Amino acid sequence: MDAILQLVLSGLAVGCIYGLVALGFVLIYKATELVNFAQGDLMMLGAFTCYMLIVWYGIGYWPAIALTVAVMGLFGAALDRVVLRRVMGQPQFAVVMLTIGLGAMFRSFASIVWGTEIYSLPTPFSARQTMLGGVSISHEYASIIIGTVILCAVLYAFFTSTRLGLAMQAASQNQLAAYYMGIPVKLMFSLIWAISAGVAAVAGVLLAPISLIDTNLGFIGLKAFAAAVLGGFGSIPGALVGGLSVGLIELFSGAYLPQGFKDVAAYVVLLIVLVVRPQGMFGAVGRKRA
Amino acid sequence: MRFILKTSYRQDLGLFRDGVQRNWYLALFAGLLMLPLLWPDFLVDFSQVLIFGLCGLSLMVLAGYTGLVSLGHAAFLGIGAYAHVYFVQDLGVPWLASVALAAAVTAAAGALVGLPALRMTGLYLAIATLAFALIIQEVFNRWESVTGGLKGKAVEKPVIFGVALHGDVTFYFLCLAFLIAALWATRNMLRAPLGRALMAIRDSEIAAQSIGVNLAVYKTFAFAYSAALMGVAGALFAHQVGFLAPDIFTVLLSIQFLLMVVVGGLGSLHGAIFGAVFVALLPVMISQARDVLPDWLGRLFAVLGHDTGFAVGAAVDRFVKQPGLEPGIFGLILVLFILFEPRGIYGRWVKIKLYFSLFPMYKRATFRWQKSYMKSERFR
Repeated sequence: MDAILQLVLSGLAVGCIYGLVALGFVLIYKATELVNFAQGDLMMLGAFTCYMLIVWYGIGYWPAIALTVAVMGLFGAALDRVVLRRVMGQPQFAVVMLTIGLGAMFRSFASIVWGTEIYSLPTPFSARQTMLGGVSISHEYASIIIGTVILCAVLYAFFTSTRLGLAMQAASQNQLAAYYMGIPVKLMFSLIWAISAGVAAVAGVLLAPISLIDTNLGFIGLKAFAAAVLGGFGSIPGALVGGLSVGLIELFSGAYLPQGFKDVAAYVVLLIVLVVRPQGMFGAVGRKRA
Repeated sequence: MRFILKTSYRQDLGLFRDGVQRNWYLALFAGLLMLPLLWPDFLVDFSQVLIFGLCGLSLMVLAGYTGLVSLGHAAFLGIGAYAHVYFVQDLGVPWLASVALAAAVTAAAGALVGLPALRMTGLYLAIATLAFALIIQEVFNRWESVTGGLKGKAVEKPVIFGVALHGDVTFYFLCLAFLIAALWATRNMLRAPLGRALMAIRDSEIAAQSIGVNLAVYKTFAFAYSAALMGVAGALFAHQVGFLAPDIFTVLLSIQFLLMVVVGGLGSLHGAIFGAVFVALLPVMISQARDVLPDWLGRLFAVLGHDTGFAVGAAVDRFVKQPGLEPGIFGLILVLFILFEPRGIYGRWVKIKLYFSLFPMYKRATFRWQKSYMKSERFR
């Protein structure tokens, strides 16, 4: 029983990371209908930036996180302004290829700036744990889960009860109508990119203690993508539920199925879900109107 | 602009537009035959170009002509390669029969992926093929009796009708023969009703369906055909690399194939070949540039003084020797092409040709993208 609870805990923690990255995908997709394959690489850049601030410049953990989110937010907005705005309205395929190319550039950039070594991020939570019943809760995992809950609550509050959040929702639901209501839609899109990159940065910072930082960290984006599709692309609760299920599936199949299933179990489930219910669990995306 | 007045069905059915075009292609063919004499040093790279040409053709049929984007084509290449090597080396099947069998196995795998693909479009299909490729890669890792697992599997030289093909030259001609056969078959397939049906599906599924195109049959066919070409390419690829390991057939390779069709120009067979030339020769060019660029730039900046030149040379040398640079250059090229020439190299070629044939009258607006509102792919 304790072993299972332990697995559930780790699964939830890993799932939260997938959920956060998937959330980034979904935010951008909902708002701009662009599919951002570089989300995982944005997370990698966030983790590296935070590492650099903490270890190279000796900034404290909390200010470093705030600074990282700000820097990555600016970077996301700039990315939208300079590159992605040009491909709005072009076929989805072009955008997918564009973001794949951007992701490759980010990885290359990271390996040139920070090298190909593997770093570990020191945090206030490292190597501490609390025993609760028979389950030992590592503070790193707890920090991931609590961080995700707080972030989601903040985002939820932002999107439902601030003017800016409502304006973003409007812009993502109907561009033209939002224009007519006087909402600066382009600015909203840039802000959504900023938020999405910020969320990715937080995911990177939270993930860094349990998985070392290297340039291939971004490939977690693939699993997060599976999570986003599992939940139904375009649904925010779906992204989080998808992320958590991918995390749990991965941990449990790693523990109870033969070796090798850990890495593919999530994809097997994804394929099954797509065959049975092609629009995902919480599908908000229907067939294309031709 | 030249218009060909067609006066007979023979002319309409001909493979080439007119005699001039045919002669150009014959000249190209003669050039390709002479290549081993002209440039013997790069022959291995040219064989790579031809094999990538097959891969590009395969993905072009699927992505460029049927509009189904696959992010997992490296898996088909891997299936073809492993199946071929298994048939030849473990079961002792004759070489040509083994290639055919490998193509058949890969086509079956393709049809298997194609079936669930009938219910998915666009993004979901891309991610499903990606998931498939990742699963297949794990299968390559684990199915040791066939694939050799992580230890890998050495590939012997091809033996056709009892004749062992040892040299690079013969292998080059073998690849060339396969590529030409595949091009011929694909070109004919695409201008037959079959190919037109695929293009109709690409342009509008609903319109195609309403004029009687059976989506299920044609989409499955497109997947199977594309996979079969990939299987043949895989068989040749196995001999080209000489050693199969699961980490060859990664997502990055699939992305390289997509890069090929996008950079070459979606929706044209020329594009597939241009893209293959580009993607296969780019690493060669990068490695050449790596050797000469620091020296050149060092000499260039030496006009500012000897020390500056030396410092620039050293800095550039450090920069280009970075291991992670190459994928970044690939990424940059992809981004630049999508932003500035979405029709790829072939699109640029068409524009240049039109510029000269219309000489003083060419208008840029001929090829301008129409501005449009963002079209929603969601129901609301």
